[in-house]
Amino acid sequence: MNARDAILARVRTALRDVPRDETPADVEVPRLTAPVVPDPVGLFAERVADYKATVVRCTPAELPDRLAEALDGVGRLLVPTDLPPDLHPAGPELVADTHLPVTALDALDGVLTTARLGIAETGTIVLDHGPGQGRRAATLVPDLHVCVVRTDQVVGGVSDAVAALDPHRPQTWISGPSATSDIELDRVEGVHGPRTLHVLLVG
Amino acid sequence: MSELARESSTRRSARSAEPAPRASARGATFLGTPPFPTAAKAALADTQLRRNLAHATGTIRGKRAAVVAEVDNWEELRLAGAALKDRTLRHLDTYLTQLETALTKAGATVHWAGDAAEANRIVVDIARAHDTDEVVKVKSMATVEIGLNEALADAGITAWETDLAELIVQLGDDLPSHILVPAIHRNRSEVREIFLREMGRAGKPAPADLTDEPARLAAAAREHLREKFLRAKVAVSGANFAVAETGTLAVVESEGNGRMCLTLPEVLISVVGIEKLVPTWEDLDVFLQLLPRSSTGERMNPYTSMWTGVTPGDGPQEVHVVLLDNGRTDVLADEVGRQALRCIRCSACLNVCPVYERTGGHSYGSVYPGPIGAILTPMLRGVGHDEQVDSLPYASSLCGACFEVCPVRIDIPEVLVHLRSQVVDAHRGRPSLQGAAMKAASWMFGRSARTAAAEKLSGLGSRVLDRTVRRRAPGGRRALGSLPWPVSAWSDARDTPVPPPESFRAWWSRTDGGRR
Ligand code: SF4
Repeated sequence: MNARDAILARVRTALRDVPRDETPADVEVPRLTAPVVPDPVGLFAERVADYKATVVRCTPAELPDRLAEALDGVGRLLVPTDLPPDLHPAGPELVADTHLPVTALDALDGVLTTARLGIAETGTIVLDHGPGQGRRAATLVPDLHVCVVRTDQVVGGVSDAVAALDPHRPQTWISGPSATSDIELDRVEGVHGPRTLHVLLVG
Repeated sequence: MSELARESSTRRSARSAEPAPRASARGATFLGTPPFPTAAKAALADTQLRRNLAHATGTIRGKRAAVVAEVDNWEELRLAGAALKDRTLRHLDTYLTQLETALTKAGATVHWAGDAAEANRIVVDIARAHDTDEVVKVKSMATVEIGLNEALADAGITAWETDLAELIVQLGDDLPSHILVPAIHRNRSEVREIFLREMGRAGKPAPADLTDEPARLAAAAREHLREKFLRAKVAVSGANFAVAETGTLAVVESEGNGRMCLTLPEVLISVVGIEKLVPTWEDLDVFLQLLPRSSTGERMNPYTSMWTGVTPGDGPQEVHVVLLDNGRTDVLADEVGRQALRCIRCSACLNVCPVYERTGGHSYGSVYPGPIGAILTPMLRGVGHDEQVDSLPYASSLCGACFEVCPVRIDIPEVLVHLRSQVVDAHRGRPSLQGAAMKAASWMFGRSARTAAAEKLSGLGSRVLDRTVRRRAPGGRRALGSLPWPVSAWSDARDTPVPPPESFRAWWSRTDGGRR
């Protein structure tokens, strides 16, 4: 018997006590009451900031100025090839991510992307790496990530996010800059991921 | 063995009567760890370890309590988490084949491994096929359990641990002591010493002016590992969850080393225990709320990566998933013990455990320490063969704190009692094996012996124990001293052990951990 069949046979033997006519649905799972989040956008801004990320709220008209401030001092900025042109900032040299090798990504100063959605309750930004969000490596290797989130993309809780997302797309859930508490439980922001996360909340 | 490990092992044995578990010459291992009471005694003597542990567990406990209190429907989430895992486990054959189909459809290759040797062979073969002499790794309990790093080393392949704590453990040629923060037993100046001495041997050296500031130490790790991330062809990970319906795997982490491993190399191999499944994508909702709050005490961990097979043009283009049994079907077959497979490895039960706080993870002599380790290890390995394993169900006061915090409501005390009776059964007529379990039991009851009630217990018991211990301890030394203990608990162990009149936890808080 191959390993697969042997394991499945052992599983079935182990589950002898489970009635043959029981279906998965027979194991009842209580339904969750959805938490009420009165001001998702405000809560989102507050909770992202809790993680020591920078959060700046602005109107669409103010966005170019806020972008310029966020990118002050950035020389070469990675942008997904499909980043909406109205988000292209003045100032840094823009480098389109045309499947650059990872060593080239490592030589850049930062990356600018959009997001799929934001979760208020946990202060989480979710990327599903669709248009404007870049491939996974793009928001990982450069040391600065500037992320534009629209207020209409903010959902209340984790349940709302899971319901809205497509599991067949790769996803990265980001809650603040990378961090570690591995040394005496002292929280240090910034290990391997971008050490600075700058969120522009537009709307 | 590294200099530091040798130093500390000398230091420890000088202080305690019994040898502490230490690293072997070729990579650290838990094999040969003495039974719980002996190892615990050694750990108790190490005041540095106790300080580090007390600080760490206390901090995480506080953070967890605060973020759990924020969630109005926490109990609902726990009930749902437990029920979803029960649903999965009771129909695991269905979900495993569903997962296999979904993964294959998404472009992943599925492998099945009955035991550690099979799993290791699969991973080694894939790495060899890509002609590489190194792999980068994300922290994964399953790969520690199967000894993957050692198997890779035997095949001439170096496995680089990339989680900061695992890096500290690996560079220090040491053993992890906590599921979540494996280097909890090292303080900052020890970490600095290890980095200065060992990083240069493994790749990019630490800067000469390295201080013991955690931020500087983290920066040194970033520099050291980056070249490895950028050049690695093959990565090895575990998975926190595997969605049967869609084939989606999830890795929950903080530092970004997980994202590096899951994203940059061409080939990704994930070793996934068969208990990691959840039925549907929507079910992740429950677990993504339960895990971070229970684990690091955060509303959400910094990074969660999810991937479903291969995504053209993004991330690894060759994706392997190794489904691992290695004793899990034995746990599944135990109707009482089965609930241990719900475990999502959050480590909340470790942080509330009074026994763990005093003894540290090494005393458990297994990959899975603390209350969950005390039930999982005996079930994965089987009782009646190894006195170390058999002593674990006694490494608890049955105070119940672990159940109260467990996000998937595993009734650890219930399983401990159940396993104690199995240990007793296994030892019927084989008294030679009883020593370790008896010592563990006496060690535990010895802790609560300071209560007036426990002191009323039979004087005969203590004399019997005294003699037993005198006779059995190596070198004729008394390992534990004279401890009154309830003989009745041993003889009644087939049923339920007599609970101490004052709960261990009540005693613990009243006496400030026995210090008053
Ligand atoms: S047993 Fe429960 S509390 Fe302990 S690690 Fe597992 S899930 Fe967490």
